[in-house]
Amino acid sequence: MSLRVEDLVIEIDGRRVVDGVSFEAPDGARLGLIGESGSGKSLTALAVLGLLPDGARASGSIRWNGVELIGMPDRELAKLRGDDIGIVFQEPRTALNPIRTVGRQIAESIRIHERVGRREARERAIAEAARVRLPDPELIVDRYPHQLSGGQRQRVAIAMALACRPRLLIADEPTTALDVTVQAGILTLLLDLVRDEGMSLMFITHDLAVLAQVAAEGVVLEHGRVVERAPVGTLLTAPASPVTQGLLRDATATLWRPEGGPA
Amino acid sequence: MRPLWLRRLWAVSTGRFGLIVVAIIALLALVSLAWTPFDPQASEIRDRWMPPSWPHLLGTDDTGRDILSLIMAGARTTVFVSVGAGVVATLVGIALAALGALTARWLRETVAVLVDILIAFPVLLIAMMISSVWGGSLWVVIWSVGIGFGVNIARVTRPELRRVQQSDFVLAARAAGLTAGQSLVRHLLPNVAPVFIVQLSWSMAVAVLAEAGLSYLGFGASVVEPSWGLLLADLQRYIGVHPLSVIWPGLAITVTVLALNLLGDGLREATDPTLRHRAAEVHTPGVVA
Repeated sequence: MSLRVEDLVIEIDGRRVVDGVSFEAPDGARLGLIGESGSGKSLTALAVLGLLPDGARASGSIRWNGVELIGMPDRELAKLRGDDIGIVFQEPRTALNPIRTVGRQIAESIRIHERVGRREARERAIAEAARVRLPDPELIVDRYPHQLSGGQRQRVAIAMALACRPRLLIADEPTTALDVTVQAGILTLLLDLVRDEGMSLMFITHDLAVLAQVAAEGVVLEHGRVVERAPVGTLLTAPASPVTQGLLRDATATLWRPEGGPA
Repeated sequence: MRPLWLRRLWAVSTGRFGLIVVAIIALLALVSLAWTPFDPQASEIRDRWMPPSWPHLLGTDDTGRDILSLIMAGARTTVFVSVGAGVVATLVGIALAALGALTARWLRETVAVLVDILIAFPVLLIAMMISSVWGGSLWVVIWSVGIGFGVNIARVTRPELRRVQQSDFVLAARAAGLTAGQSLVRHLLPNVAPVFIVQLSWSMAVAVLAEAGLSYLGFGASVVEPSWGLLLADLQRYIGVHPLSVIWPGLAITVTVLALNLLGDGLREATDPTLRHRAAEVHTPGVVA
């Protein structure tokens, strides 16, 4: 179960926004993709899932367990999405459909990939809600997204991404839009789930302080190119490139506590 | 248990009024297929110009036809035309909106321009032109209003569909494994429903007006078909002598159009996610925020 990206190029209207990115996430890896906004890290994640926006074209190679994903028909890719590879996005306010209950959204990928009935899907949704430590899972699955807090919504988004036990979780700045105290809880949850399931994690952020907590290895991007690739400890103590040095200066001074308590 | 949207529609007095009136009109039309108090086309010269009384509850016209029976039979035509136009407008509107929002860019932009051009055509004038060349019929009304307002629906629904399609939750649903088609049915269409419903109810109300208007002018229903517009044209010649009788078809048209609009507004409010907040919070105490 490994992801191998080689010489990935993404063009939007002829402009190269990702230019020859290569990296590898073997089974159980905890890889961080870090860079300023506009460095191409989110597009790289979307390219892995084959969900690039209109007008964007990917070339190069993205292999999942040796199978080439670039050029794969959408119907085939849809079978991998959610089932093999899950993703959590940055903004929990907009990542949930406002007119569907939380439970139905958590169960959506289960119903798609495993073809279970409505009743069983609801039971599974409750179990998934409990797994991401949402309060009162039996009640919360019948709520609508606007009735939840930002942190709770992000937990729902994580439950959606993990409902079918994917082997790789892509987390695209999952804590950026949240309060600092809530961030810590979400990070703890993500790490626990990744550890429990033995999943690989690809964590995207612009914050070295956050990256230091979740990833073992970091790939630093600038203007769509890889500028540095090193263990996170090295990035923090001996950053080689000016980009990494800049990111280190900007890193949040927030102390992050593994137990999720307030700093 | 009744579904939430129906309870919420019922909770608003205008929505309730719209629903009841539309249901009554539909019921009258249905009943008229099997039974009317009198044969709507049978004239009885001895009974001409009866005031509202038993057994002619709304009176009779210049040839002694029972006005209530004519209104009931006319409701049939009204329902037929407005439902027909509604179906055509829905198909045209959704198809154009989907083509204009969800396809490759060149096709999207072509459709957008096409819709902008089509929207400039005066629907009723074209219906009258077609009628005067090939003869009037209810089908001309249905097709012209249906296509004309389908374009209107597409014009309003297209940007809404595009906005929802680019939203994060559609991306998240696709990332969970839904195909493009599944996300259209489960996420896109339900989210544009409020906008669409208002347009549709407005199209159906205009179809009622258009049928009555075109029939009044002699471009719609043929003389043997029962129609509120025809009845209005018949009775209006005697407005100086028997002003009461002309009120009934006029009232039927006005109330139906009003009810369709109120029903559409009520349905929008009952299905709109942003308006759902308030009601949902009333019904679920102890929400953890």
